[in-house]
Amino acid sequence: MSLFNVFNVAGSALNAETIRLNTTASNLANAESVNGDESKVYRARHPVFQAMMNTADSSFDGQDASIGVRVLGVVESNAPAAMRYQPDSPVANKDGYVYMSNVNSIEEMTNMISANRSFATNVEAINTARDLLLKTISMGH
Amino acid sequence: MFENVFGIHEQALLLHGQRIGVLATNLANADTPGYKARDIDFSAVLAHTDESETLPMLVTQGAHIAMNDAGSPSAELKYRNPYQASLDGNTVEMPVEQAAFSETNVRYQASLAFINSDIADLKYAIAGQ
Repeated sequence: MSLFNVFNVAGSALNAETIRLNTTASNLANAESVNGDESKVYRARHPVFQAMMNTADSSFDGQDASIGVRVLGVVESNAPAAMRYQPDSPVANKDGYVYMSNVNSIEEMTNMISANRSFATNVEAINTARDLLLKTISMGH
Repeated sequence: MFENVFGIHEQALLLHGQRIGVLATNLANADTPGYKARDIDFSAVLAHTDESETLPMLVTQGAHIAMNDAGSPSAELKYRNPYQASLDGNTVEMPVEQAAFSETNVRYQASLAFINSDIADLKYAIAGQ
């Protein structure tokens, strides 16, 4: 019954959005991280979502009715890391420069709001499915 | 005499349940690049669902198991036409999906209420009081 699939599908979305919120928290926490070596500086991370085909459930004439979502991986942004002249920093390179992390705080904040909304929507879907199933179970009473 | 007590609502309930599952899938993949939103054309399926006849499950491959599950309407999933496509190829539009989801929620409960009242009628007829 499809109503039970709502729990699996929305649950997978909750998991994916949680990972998205985690990367956002990590990015915001490291927004001011610096390093003297450009290859070692913190780079903004973003999860890549992918639809999860469920071939076991094809009650729709061979089409997958329920498709969850999973995080395929986490990619690092390759935006250039800004240089800043800070000769007194303990991690400054020999020319006195440090590299700033390439996190865009505004982008991260909008990402966080979007993840928050998506999370809430999926919680609502789970609550609705639960209410409907409970009402169906008590049919005739 | 009791094989069709609930009329169309028995199948409508199943179909609404399936549609809620499909819409929840759309909601879950709202942020998935390239995902195409899908939906069941409810009235088209119900138009083919005569009260005395149920739609057969399609058997398109040898590995498919023929279903003789009476009262289980078969619905074809269709891709939704987005009002404005997004750059990442995702066609889920949150407000559209949420509106359809809550509409289906109400319709499911309406079918359930009709079935419940039918059951109450039957109980009344059986007990006679």
